[in-house]
Amino acid sequence: MSQAVREGWEVVIGLEIHAQLATTSKIFSGSATAYGAAPNSQANLVDLGYPGTLPVLNREAVRMAVKFGLATGATIAPRSIFARKNYFYPDLPKGYQISQYERPVVEDGSLEILLEDGTKKTIGITRAHLEEDAGKSLHEGLANASGIDLNRAGTPLLEIVSEPDLRSAKEAIAYLKKVHTLVRYLEICDGNMQEGSFRCDANVSVRRIGRTEFGTRCEIKNVNSFRFVEKAINFEVERQIDVLEGGGSIVQETRLYDSAKDETRSMRSKEQANDYRYFPDPDLLPVTITPAFVDEVRATLPELPDEKAGRFALHYGLSAYDAGVLTASRELADYYEAVVRALGGGGAAAKLAANWVMGDFSAFLNRDGLEIATARVPAAGLAGLLRRIQDETISGKIAKEVFERMWAEACEADAVIEARGLKQITDSGAIEAAIAAVMAANPKQLAEYRAGKDKLFGFFVGQTMKATEGKANPAQLNELLKKLLGGP
Amino acid sequence: MSLHTRSLAELAAGLRAKEFSAVELTRHFLARIEQANAGLNAFVTVTAERALADAARADAARAAGRAGPLSGVPLAHKDIFCTDGIKTSCGSRMLDNFVAPYDATVVERLAAAGTVLLGKTNMDEFAMGSSNETSYYGPVRNPWDPATVPGGSSGGSAAAVAARLVPVATGTDTGGSIRQPAALVGISGIKPTYGRVSRYGMIAFASSLDQGGVLAPSAEDCALLLGAMAGFDPRDSTSVDVPVPDYAAGLATSLKGVKLGVLKEFFSAGLDAATGARVEAAIAQLRALGADVVEVSCPNLPLSVPTYYVVAPAECSSNLSRFDGVRFGHRCQGPKDLLDLYKRSRGEGFGAEVKRRIMTGTYVLSAGYYDAYYLKAQKVRSLINADFRRAFAEVDLLVGPTSPTPAFAIGAKVDDPITMYLNDIYTIGANLAGLPAMSVPCGFVGNLPVGLQLIGPHFGEARVLAAAHAYQCETDFHRRLPAGFA
Repeated sequence: MSQAVREGWEVVIGLEIHAQLATTSKIFSGSATAYGAAPNSQANLVDLGYPGTLPVLNREAVRMAVKFGLATGATIAPRSIFARKNYFYPDLPKGYQISQYERPVVEDGSLEILLEDGTKKTIGITRAHLEEDAGKSLHEGLANASGIDLNRAGTPLLEIVSEPDLRSAKEAIAYLKKVHTLVRYLEICDGNMQEGSFRCDANVSVRRIGRTEFGTRCEIKNVNSFRFVEKAINFEVERQIDVLEGGGSIVQETRLYDSAKDETRSMRSKEQANDYRYFPDPDLLPVTITPAFVDEVRATLPELPDEKAGRFALHYGLSAYDAGVLTASRELADYYEAVVRALGGGGAAAKLAANWVMGDFSAFLNRDGLEIATARVPAAGLAGLLRRIQDETISGKIAKEVFERMWAEACEADAVIEARGLKQITDSGAIEAAIAAVMAANPKQLAEYRAGKDKLFGFFVGQTMKATEGKANPAQLNELLKKLLGGP
Repeated sequence: MSLHTRSLAELAAGLRAKEFSAVELTRHFLARIEQANAGLNAFVTVTAERALADAARADAARAAGRAGPLSGVPLAHKDIFCTDGIKTSCGSRMLDNFVAPYDATVVERLAAAGTVLLGKTNMDEFAMGSSNETSYYGPVRNPWDPATVPGGSSGGSAAAVAARLVPVATGTDTGGSIRQPAALVGISGIKPTYGRVSRYGMIAFASSLDQGGVLAPSAEDCALLLGAMAGFDPRDSTSVDVPVPDYAAGLATSLKGVKLGVLKEFFSAGLDAATGARVEAAIAQLRALGADVVEVSCPNLPLSVPTYYVVAPAECSSNLSRFDGVRFGHRCQGPKDLLDLYKRSRGEGFGAEVKRRIMTGTYVLSAGYYDAYYLKAQKVRSLINADFRRAFAEVDLLVGPTSPTPAFAIGAKVDDPITMYLNDIYTIGANLAGLPAMSVPCGFVGNLPVGLQLIGPHFGEARVLAAAHAYQCETDFHRRLPAGFA
């Protein structure tokens, strides 16, 4: 649901994205980070904050942060510092979170997003810093008590903070998706929003158009899907404008989005906010990153989404939009290129493959909730099908039917075509015979057509297709029909 | 010669020569603990059964030809080091019920060397104190005069060694907690360079200052034990990967030509005259042994106490947040909600001095005060560091008193925290700069011992120990035992 902002108002949004880094062990301990294990089975003494235990930095997390920094054209700090963010909460075992405050590992990056009108906009990334995740409080099934699961405690996070450059919920989503795509390209985060490995807080404010100073902002916490982020922002924008137009003022506060009611609710105000008493963590040395290490990481960077989309547009003759869709994930792009390659390349093949990968293939994947890796029709299989369209063995319409069977039975296109007798009829004699039969069966329509009612041409196409069970080559059918019907 | 008057080296030699067994040795010290601990209150936990089993194992290892240099040597750990399966209280009600599920690196290394753990020693609560009066388990008494304090925070280890209830003990030193008690009970104590000994498993007070070390009768004993516990530990990011020299082998280094800097700032108005006289006599003796003595100045050193009392509480306020009644330690009865759980568990679990420091630390880190206190303290800390660096460009070692006065009466300073804090005026500098420093007995004022402090450059433990050893070769203060403990 696209919602135009009310006349005279401008929206200002900044996002804080928490991307769980795909390391195999935690950021400051050797515990595993796998999702879904039995409560507290992946929490060792360090994660539990036992007296005397100490954190040891997982260099893999630093490598991933540097990768992100390089991919966003950011500055990599040669020396960055871990700080303690102090507050009490049962799922925060040490009573402080190890994070980065004054000197984050990544600063001053940016990403380009594609706006609806086709223009591009650069969104600044203020900083990206490393920190540890907290555990989870569990309330279900516990009478008069809360449970604590510390499996997640100490999981590495990269907090990516944007500049307040976003001017609508749509832009915010475009940026969020862009970051989501990027972190998966870089293989530093699995991007799973359901499991919370990619989460987002939105800072939202509004101001009268023409004003240069920002309005008072509210922070919407932890919204776990693209759709909800959009809805939450739109609700919050409307709420703030209502308050301001009603003569009220916005209170700086943290708000929670309730997806069931589609509204945001106040969680705590600035006055109730914690004084986190940040200070450098004396248990950890400053993180030094040498130019050699940066070069080493740079050498591992894959082709990035924007580069890939640019190459797809140029090389395959795709529109910017199509190139964007096909490069939204590395897996999808690889799949697409494998199909094109199997078809031997060429502009027509590229376009045909693009339509099928974005169309039926993506639709079936979504319908069944499958990943590319587990798709029922592999790239070679889809290429096999498209080859039969190219050599006119089947029509595009029949191909859809074949594809459905291939998906259901995980089999080759040729097998389906053979087994179900779907081979296109290209024998003009057979098509002419079918036309003749249709003409004989419909004398009234034939007469009307010949008298000038040319709309009936479609009727004859349909009837003949029906008679051939859809297998007549459409172009040939058209040509022969015109010849045999004569007139109008 | 009875077993408890022998040095660590002598005990190790006796075990090696099978003059006595580890079990016999352990029984001897356990009997002394049994007899004297009620009066001194030096131990929180005595692990007699386990000690005898460990001693038997050490004897078996020796019989099998697998004994190391310290196999069968009894020792005690300050109750700040986590010991697997043994209560680790940190001198606090908060951890009165805490049985550590793992061994600190120091404990692990010394156990691997074959030492026999006799028990865990009393200490100021969470190592916060200079008199051992803040312990939940009550004050420790100084064996030289039971009406006086043994110093703190490693007061239990100090008193136990001074009374020879144990040949040697570990301690920790955040602002003088090894050296000051060593001085007050007439034994030797070394705090190594920050990063020399792993902090893993050592319950944190102020992480950037805490350092484990040794309390023993002599510098030679310190060298033997320190060698076995020092070294890089990948589990402690602040431990330093510098090879550990053979401290014992380096002890024979002569004092000839060694340049000693007498720290001008350590002989200021606050120094008790009789104590100062003993320290000056000791310095004269070092000169007589061939040392080249000059006066040096570290002008920012007088700022070390206020600097310390910002940095240490700031870190402690954060380090002690994990004691929240949720996962381990004291939990109040029937909390009505989360806030009540926090408030009462911490309110009941911590003593007054710990609370004072948590509050001070929370204050100096708070928004609006951070720059004026914490940040400024860090700046002064780097100035003090620079002072020491300059001094060590001119001299090999710095010398001065360890403590401004001998032991004071129990209860004399408990109501006056500032006066209590000034006890550490000469020891704190080495912690702020991370330098190795040691106290050795250098005489008496009346019946009470006085300590001489030696401070070395980073990783200069060997130099400190050698100088102390040279001094102890010519003096016998470290051999004297308090009346009633001979």
